[in-house]
Parts: sequence; C-alpha cells; structure tokens
Amino acid sequence: MQLATLLIGLISATALWSGVQALNQQARNAYDRAAATFGGSRTAMLVGKDSAAFPQKLFVDLRRAGWPVSPMLEGRIQIDGRSVRLLGVEPVTLPSEVGNAPAVARGNLLAFVTPPGEMLVAPETLRDLDLKEGARPQANGITLPPLRAQRELTPGVLVVDIGIAQQILKQPDQVSRLLIGKSKAPRAALESVAGDRLRLVEPSAETDLERLTDSFHLNLTAFGLLSFFVGLFIVNSAIGLAFEQRLPMLRTLRACGVSARMLNTVLVIELVSLALVAGLIGLVCGYFIAAALLPDVAASLRGLYGAQIPGELSLKPIWWLAGIAISILGALAAAAASLAKAIRMPILATAQPQAWQQEQRRWLMLQTAAALAVFAVAAGLVQFGDSLIAGFAVLAALMLGAALILPMVLQIALALGQRSARKPVGLWFWADSRQQLSGLSLALMALLLALAVNVGVGTMVESFSRTFLVWLDGRLAADVYLSAASDTQAKEIRDWLRDRPEVQAVLPGGRADSQLGGAPIEVLGLPDHATYRDNWPLLDSAANAWVRLRPGDTCFVSEQLSRRMKLAVGDRIEVPAPGGSWPLEIVGVYADYGNPKGQIAVNFAALTRRFPQAPLNRMGLRVAPDKTAPLIAALQQTFALDDRNVADQATMKTESKRIFNRTFSVTAALNTFTLGVAGIALLTSLLTLANSRLPQLAPLWAIGLTRRRLAALELLKTMAVALITALFALPLGLLVAWCLLAIVNVKAFGWRLPFHVFPLQLIELLAVALLAALCAAALPVARLARMQPASLIRIFVNER
Amino acid sequence: MAVLRGVDLTVGASESVALTGESGSGKSTLLHLIAGLDAADSGEIRLADTLVSKLSDAGRAELRRDRLGLVFQQFNLIPSLSVADNLVFQSRIAGRHDAGWHEELVERLGLKNLLKRYPEQLSGGQQQRVAIGRALAPKPLLLLADEPTGNLDEDTADEVLRLARDLVTRTGCGFLMVTHSARLAATLDRQVNLHAGVVA
Repeated sequence: MQLATLLIGLISATALWSGVQALNQQARNAYDRAAATFGGSRTAMLVGKDSAAFPQKLFVDLRRAGWPVSPMLEGRIQIDGRSVRLLGVEPVTLPSEVGNAPAVARGNLLAFVTPPGEMLVAPETLRDLDLKEGARPQANGITLPPLRAQRELTPGVLVVDIGIAQQILKQPDQVSRLLIGKSKAPRAALESVAGDRLRLVEPSAETDLERLTDSFHLNLTAFGLLSFFVGLFIVNSAIGLAFEQRLPMLRTLRACGVSARMLNTVLVIELVSLALVAGLIGLVCGYFIAAALLPDVAASLRGLYGAQIPGELSLKPIWWLAGIAISILGALAAAAASLAKAIRMPILATAQPQAWQQEQRRWLMLQTAAALAVFAVAAGLVQFGDSLIAGFAVLAALMLGAALILPMVLQIALALGQRSARKPVGLWFWADSRQQLSGLSLALMALLLALAVNVGVGTMVESFSRTFLVWLDGRLAADVYLSAASDTQAKEIRDWLRDRPEVQAVLPGGRADSQLGGAPIEVLGLPDHATYRDNWPLLDSAANAWVRLRPGDTCFVSEQLSRRMKLAVGDRIEVPAPGGSWPLEIVGVYADYGNPKGQIAVNFAALTRRFPQAPLNRMGLRVAPDKTAPLIAALQQTFALDDRNVADQATMKTESKRIFNRTFSVTAALNTFTLGVAGIALLTSLLTLANSRLPQLAPLWAIGLTRRRLAALELLKTMAVALITALFALPLGLLVAWCLLAIVNVKAFGWRLPFHVFPLQLIELLAVALLAALCAAALPVARLARMQPASLIRIFVNER
Repeated sequence: MAVLRGVDLTVGASESVALTGESGSGKSTLLHLIAGLDAADSGEIRLADTLVSKLSDAGRAELRRDRLGLVFQQFNLIPSLSVADNLVFQSRIAGRHDAGWHEELVERLGLKNLLKRYPEQLSGGQQQRVAIGRALAPKPLLLLADEPTGNLDEDTADEVLRLARDLVTRTGCGFLMVTHSARLAATLDRQVNLHAGVVA
C-alpha cells in the first residue's frame, strides 16, 4: 500500500509539474521564433525619433558612414478582410545574425527581389488565409507577389522585398527602422549622420511577447508548483508512515551491526530507484496532460496576447532530464525528515517522555508561529510590493501561512467540539480526531490549498465573466459588424447600404497604429453616435466627455494604458501621427478587457484626418432586429462576403464568450487536477493510517461498539475534519480571489475587476470537498466495516 | 483446524478461575469466544440467561458492553482519552454509570492523582489498573482477563491481581483469567488447564 501511495504521489507530482513545464517550453519556443523574425526585439535597431517612418536616404547615409544597417518597412494590410503584418526587408544588407535571414538566402534571392518578387509566409498563415503556395491575393488595390511557405516564419507575418512593401503600403522611399548588424568596423557618430531624427534601441533578451505573457506562464507555473507540492505531501506522508512501520526492523538491523550511514545509503538508493521509475511514468503522463491542454493554452495565449503557439507538442531532451531530476529531488526532499530521523535514531526504543497532547501542542505552537511570520511577510508585501512577482509572492505566502495554521484551526475547532460533547462516544469522537491530526494534517493542507485555489480562481473567473458580459454588451452595441476586403469595397458597401431602408445607421470604424512612451498603441476611431454614447464602457470620465470628444483634441484611454502609464482624466498626451505629433487631453477611461495593446479612442472623423492611411474597411450597422438576417444574406450575396467578414451581434457575442470560456478552460482543468490530487492525498493518508489505527479501534470494538458503528464514526470524523478544512478554505479562497483581482490581474493585465462573492459557487465547492472526503474515506471505512473479527482480535493476542 | 474440542467449563458468580496451558493450547481462543469477540463453529456458550453463541454480531457487542469486563495484556486503553475518561467510558456507553462505585474504584485502584493523565504517560502497572477499573466500572457479570500481568514485573503483577481479586469479590462477578504463571494461577479459586484444545 505504501509503495502504491509513494508511486501515486511521485507520479502525480512529476506529471503535473512536467506537463505545465512542457506547455511553458512550447510557448517560449514560439516566442523565440517570433522574436527571431527579421529583427524582433533581439536585434539592435535605429528607429525614428517619434517612432514614425523616416526617409530611406538616412539608410544610404548611414551605410556610407560605416553603419552595418539594413532597412525595414512595416505595416498592416488586409487580405480578404483578414489583417496581417507586412514586413519589407532588404535581403542583401540584412545582418546575418538576424533570425530567418539565411532562409531568404537559401531561397532564390533573385526571385525574391525581382518582379513580381515573392511573399514569404508561415504555413499556418497560408492555411488561415485559405490560400495555396503561388497564389497572388490582392491588398490595397495591388496584386501581391506569389506566396511562398517558409516554416521558420512566425504566423501572421508576410515578408516581401522592401521595394514591393513600399508600393503595397503606399510609402515610397520610407523606412520604419534600420536593423544593425554586429560588425565592429569603425563608424561615425549617429548624431553626425542622422542628427536627432533617429534613436538607438538596444536589443532585449526578453521579447515583448515574453513580457506580456509572463503572468500567464507564472500562473501556469504556480498551478504546476501547487500540484507538485500536493503530490509531495502524499510522498511525505507515505514515507513517514513507511518509516514508522519499519522502525523496529531498522532498530534490529542497527542492533545487528549495520551502521547508520549504510542504512541511510540503502534507504536513499531504494528511494532514488523508486523516484526514477515514478519520474519516467510521471513524464509520460505529463506529456499527455500537456498535449491535452495545449490547444486551450494556445487559444488563451492567442486570445489574451495575440501570441501564436503551434498546436503540436515538441519537447527538448532537457525537459525529460529535468522531469526525472525533479522527481528524484522531490522524493528526497519529501523523505528528508524521515532520513534524518533514521540517522539520529537510537538503537533502543525509549519511553515517551510526553503525552501525545503535549507533543502535539508543541508542534502546533511551532507551526502557528511560522504561519504568523509568513502572514507578516504577506502583509509587508501587500504594503510595499509593487510588482507581479510581489503579487504572486503575497498569494504564495497567504497559502503557505494558511496551510501552516490549519492544524491549529482544526485543533481549536475539535477541542471546542470535545468540550461540548456530553456522551462518551462523542467525547472519543472529538478526542480521537484531535489525535489523528498529525497523521492527516498534510493531506488536509493539500485539500485546503486545492479548495482555496478553486474558490479563488473560481471567484475571479466568475467575477470576470460577469463583468465581461456587461462590457461585451457595451462594446458590441451595433446589430451587424462588417469588415470589407478593402477600403474601396467598404465605400461600395456604404453606398449600397444608403438605399436600404432597414439600416438605421452606418457606424464607420477605423483604427491606426501608433506609439506612446515607446510602446505600441492602437488609436480607435469612434463615430459620434448614440450607440456609442449610451453603451461605451466608460470607467471614469470628465463632464460632457462625448461632447468634448467631437472636436478631435481629446481622447479616451483604455484602463490598461491608464494604469501602465499612470494616466488619468485631465492628463495630456502626445500621439505620433503621420502629420506630426497629436496633442490630446484625456476625458475618459474605458474598460478594454483582453487587449494586450494599449488603446486610445478618439473621434472617428479626427482619426481619418490625422491618420489618412488608416484602413477604413470596418463598420457597424444599426438594423431593426427582424431585418438583420436578410440584410446579412443580401450583403454576403452582393459583395461575396463570408461569415468572417460579416456577422450579427449575437454571433459576435457567442464567439467572444466561446473565446472567453476557452481562455479559462486551462485554469479549470488545472483546478480539477489539483483537487483530484488533494483527494488522492486524503485517500492515501487514510489508507496508510487505517492499518496503524487498528490498535486504537480494536479496544472500542471489544468494549461493545460494533464494526459498522466504528466505520460510521470513522467516516464522520473524516467528513468533520474535511468540513472544517473546507469552511476555512472559503474565506481563504475569497482572500486569494481578492489578491488575484486587486493585485495580480492589475499587474499582469492592467485591469481591475470588481470583486463579487458567489454563494452558490461556495456551497457547490463545500459539497465537492465533502464528496472528495467521502470518496477518500469510503475504501478504508468499507474495509473496517467488513473487517473479520480475527483481524481485530489479533490486536489482543499475546502470542504474536 | 479445530482449536478447541469438547471444552466444558462453568464459572460461578464471585468465583475466580485461572485458565492455564502451554502456548497454542487454545486459552485465548476460549476467552475470545466467551467474550463474543469471535463465534464458535459449534457448541454453546451461556452467560446467565443469555445464549452467547446464538447472538448476532450486534448482540455480542451489546453483551460485551453491558455484561462483560475485558482486560488484556497490552492494556488496550483509549490513547486519545484521559485516565478519567477511560475509566468511565464503558460504564457510560452501557448506561450503567454509578458515581459512588466509580469513586470507590478510583480510590481502591490508587488512580486519584492520575485522572488527568493520558495512558502513554502511565507505567505498565498503572495502565493495567486503569484497564481493570474500566472493565469493572459497569459492574459486569463476568470479568475476562487475558494475561493481564504478562507485561508487568512480579511485584506489580501481584499487586494488580490482588486489586482485581478484591474488586471482583466486592462486585460479586465471576473472574476468568488466562495466565502462563502457575504462581498467579494458584492465587485464584480454581485452575483449569487446557492442553491441545481439551480441558486436561
């Protein structure tokens, strides 16, 4: 039984930890791939002072001055209504150390640079666009070069020669940035060549995507770590009990002359061998867990951060080695106390110097003191910490402190129960529960942590869900959403709509890319219409904010941007625009959940004036409800639009909710895993305790309590401690939810959600906890109820 | 395998009987059958007017609780309860708690200063005195003891047995004790020797 328990614990711990690490590794590989795409953030570069495009002549001047620079033009284009990133590169001067450069060189360089040129694209993007290699789609009224699949490319990016990109983006002789090669050749000072028109951006070891997704991976890692520790709780409990049972044999071996060192060496070899086997099985399970969760993780990362993660799991050998190592190290850590005890063990057993109660009180006081110290650290972090790591540290300290103080909470609750007991069996019920605490506390701690995380994450997700739905109603207020293939088609559609009486209003939409404080932002154009005025989710605003937005000298900022850059209503910002800097006063802050980029919203007309090149192919329509479906059908038929280009509000909301739910399905799966492992921890503890409890139960049976009654009492005891643990887990979980909403989310995503308590959810979780306890206790209790008298009599037999 | 064959034994009220025999002779098995801890394949066991051998599992549990007192070599006290709670446990679940008798037991067993302690804080002799007190608290019809002094030194064993005998006389119950010690067996009213499952 102990062997099975030990293996189950180690396999669970290794599987969950390795599974999460596999997911993280897969995502990081994808970020590396994105960062290495033609000068991501891993390459030093020169950019325009206000991050706007600059004349190509500067590239020529810098090359002549010894700078190993290569020009690049970047922009967005629409292919069949789908927005993709277009990169124009100059393959001859492209620095060799820039990722993916050799791929161009390997291909037909001549074909790439001479008309009609070639457009490199990742196979995934080719599939998304529903196009084949060699196809020549249209964008901005120009037929694009033939598409050529390039595996190394990051999805969502198209790469062409810079000359072709300048034509497509209608930016002749313009460059977005200059990539700098690593040549040590002498070069003139930057200012002497470019004046103050360019600034140097140093390469960053961490990509923007990595920074953005850090919180997500930290979250996954935290779950993995939690499950790992819960698994180790099982191992620790199994090893502890195995050691107690082997104590007489170990003493005999010592008495026969086996040294403490040799005994420990043998114990360690035995443990490492078991950990090796369990680690290998755990890794295989971890691989399957990761493979099962990867589609949802990829969906979450795409939904939250726009990160593209391939759907197939590919793992490096280091993952396998790390998994085995963590299994062995975990097993040794879990066994450390027992091994230390084996070294110090006196050969002769001595009488108990203190009663179990005194011993337990000493142990409880020590743990409580440690818990209070950990809580003090958490309070300090809440007061002085100001980072995502600090937020997670608060959570970790809170959980650790709660786990440490749990036995004391149980002890107090059980002592109160004992004090109120009037009948002898009741008295024994509480007293025995107290005595069992030391054997069950680790499993109960695991249950507490799993329940608290479930309450915390569940409350957060439910709060988010409720807020998200209200927000979605505000953001998706139009009845039909339309994305034309090009601006020209958008104009044709608008003309066509003018003659349709069922269309009450056409709400033009547009967005442009810009920068604020060195970070990319989106500039959104909002038409001056009641649909927006009545529904747009403003969190804070100046008086008459919508009226003040009309002239084009004010803006709303998204909550993320407002928090990140500490912007508030009344502050002023300057946004780089093609015609020069655009000064704007902030008159409102709005919720923009799920958008990784900072965003500002301005009057639509003002946007078209300041960003004349911004694509204007999107629009919303106000339509009478019963006319929506026929209008969509007519639009699809007339303009050859598909479901991706035109959708009604209900479809958009359903799709948004689907993405939302998928985003949290990983969390839900990990929640269930953690609760499952906690249940196993409880089961294994009860099973291992069951044998050692016989000497305590047999006298009661001998005195006149039936086996069935004893079994019922045992079940009730497990349920009672599980109930107390669950009741303690509820406020702890709500505290965890508050930490997630008020600290972690704000740091990780930039938005703060209102805190709601969902009583039904809490009741449901209480029921789950009791069910888990019932399932865990069922087997040992059933065994006790059906136990043959001979097994109980054995406890009293002298000739043993 | 037949452990006991044709055993015929009667223990009268206020009578103390020592059950002796070599290891494996069936002494403990006989005691367990009388106590209703195990069921015999055949034969009859009667306690006063109750046919123990015909009782169900629950009936035997009730019999042990209300009419029997059991003392074991390993003491088998309830470790989570104090001496005071151990002493009253059986008499209270049997609904036969008598405060006066309880006081007398505590006094005669010399447990007054040990009431708040826990079993593991007591010596072997003290634990066995508590076990005897617990068994006699409900004033049983029959006290069954399986090697009650097996874990005690000679002086302590003598003292514990003297106390048990005195209290048995005081309550008027029967006393059947399994022992290996001929010296201790000789202190009881009667000795019965078992050999290979048969009364010798």
